[in-house]
Amino acid sequence: MATLSFERKYRIRGGTLVGGDLFDFWVGPFYVGFFGVTTLFFSLLGTALILWGAAIGGTWNVWQINIAPPDLKYGLGFAPLREGGLWQLITVCAIGAFGSWALREVEICRKLGMGLHVPVAFSFAIFAYVTLVVIRPVLMGAWGHGFPYGILSHLDWVSNTGYQYLHFHYNPAHMLAITFFFTTCLALSLHGALVLSATNPAPGETVRAPEHEDTFFRDTIGYSIGTLGIHRLGLFLALSAVFWSAVCIVISGPFWTRGWPEWWGWWLNLPIWH
Amino acid sequence: MAEYQNIFTAVQAVGPIHHGIELKTESRRTGEPLIVHLLGRIGNAQIGPFYLGALGLASIFFGTLAFNIMGFNMLASVNWDPIQFVRQLFWLALEPPAPSNGLRLAPLNQGGWWQIAGLFLTISIMLWWMRTYRRARELGMGTHVAWAFLAPIWLFLVLGLFRPVLMGNWGEAVPFGIFPHLDWTAAFSIRYGNLFYNPFHMLSIAFLYGSALLFAMHGATILAVSRFGGEREIEQITDRGTASERAALFWRWTMGFNATMESIHRWAWWFAVLTPITGGIGILLTGTVVDNWYLWAVKHGVAPMYPAVWAPVIDPSTLQGLKP
Repeated sequence: MATLSFERKYRIRGGTLVGGDLFDFWVGPFYVGFFGVTTLFFSLLGTALILWGAAIGGTWNVWQINIAPPDLKYGLGFAPLREGGLWQLITVCAIGAFGSWALREVEICRKLGMGLHVPVAFSFAIFAYVTLVVIRPVLMGAWGHGFPYGILSHLDWVSNTGYQYLHFHYNPAHMLAITFFFTTCLALSLHGALVLSATNPAPGETVRAPEHEDTFFRDTIGYSIGTLGIHRLGLFLALSAVFWSAVCIVISGPFWTRGWPEWWGWWLNLPIWH
Repeated sequence: MAEYQNIFTAVQAVGPIHHGIELKTESRRTGEPLIVHLLGRIGNAQIGPFYLGALGLASIFFGTLAFNIMGFNMLASVNWDPIQFVRQLFWLALEPPAPSNGLRLAPLNQGGWWQIAGLFLTISIMLWWMRTYRRARELGMGTHVAWAFLAPIWLFLVLGLFRPVLMGNWGEAVPFGIFPHLDWTAAFSIRYGNLFYNPFHMLSIAFLYGSALLFAMHGATILAVSRFGGEREIEQITDRGTASERAALFWRWTMGFNATMESIHRWAWWFAVLTPITGGIGILLTGTVVDNWYLWAVKHGVAPMYPAVWAPVIDPSTLQGLKP
């Protein structure tokens, strides 16, 4: 039930990083492995702590459940559980779970003889999360600068943090990040649409070839990046979006404390204008 | 460990230049294709040929006109000083007419140029849309690109046409300009009680981030199985090979679920297309149906009612005698 028709021949031993054959098995469709066990540990513990935080937080409204980081007065020290200590433990669990997940992906890649692109890509997302809840708070001197865990509360954090710098759209790294996000979305729609339009051709036509795909884009915009290139481009655009998002928040506070519109003064004051 | 991960094309095979699939009609392509080695490191080395055609020509014509109207209006706003034009370029704007002008045609220097540039830009985009449809059909392909293109056109028309018409004045529309359109976005959000509380804004951001996630996952997966020919997706869709099988099993073993080589492109198409569709719905409802998204969210139990920290501020638009 859980195995696909062609799956049996791929389910072989080996490729593990840690633990040898000990956890080298599957449960249903899931591969386990040593890092599957650690993922399970961290995610179960983290989820339990989130439920605990919700239980003492005064609301079960799923939009409003909020587990806030410690008050700024605790600096980079440990806070009591009810005053941000839970947030600190949940953060540890989250990083442990994300890291385990990435390493489990490495083991699966090795099992299937694949390149390591997916775990490398995932590590960019982990890096962005760690930037928000570890690197920037450490640079700012207090865990209280991390973002709270909650649906509405994290939106409020983004809004408030943005307005602390007056107008976050003027942050040059934020501009780059948004541009990369929009471009990723555009490229994804074009790639998805192109493949679908080749395999679902006009009525009465047979499935189109990559030559048709190339011709369509050359006819329309003069260039077709090709079947291999589009996946390099897409990966690059998506990872750039994540990377510059991390940059745009880590420079806000540690390296620039005033309004972002003011930052552009250097351009207006360049000596070449005189 | 030090295996080659296919980040760049190491050895480029240069074959005869491809002039494109033969067109069904008498139409001709323009330009002799050229090979650029550096492009070939990442994707195809060949640039061109290009199909211009009547629709393409008209689209570029109107697009160029719109672009020049914006540029010359910005140049005029700095007294035709080319140095100040470059210096202040990011701050310069071509603004829509004042709200008091309603939906009438405005004098040229009071928003009239904005109306003309907007009209020409819209014509240009619609012609380009027809072009994407026609080019696909000419090659016997599906029209998925054209329908995907319609999604950002929807958002564009909501911002510059549908919502201003519903609100009763062109002044509601977005100015042309780098920083000015960012200012418009921030002011728009604050005026209507913070767009973060707009559920369609939430959806749009979720689809935008989801698009980045999907392209990272898909791009990485295909590159990871490119040693098995995974990038030949059409072939893998019609005749599944070991690249598809490994790609599918990777995700099945990782998260218990996998797409197929074809269905991942349907996921991709829908995530990308729903980003501007939901975003456009969110904009269209703002000010027309919902005046304050924070109060809307409180009313519906989404956001908590925060304690008032500062003295209440009077919304200037509710004051009598004020006509912006």
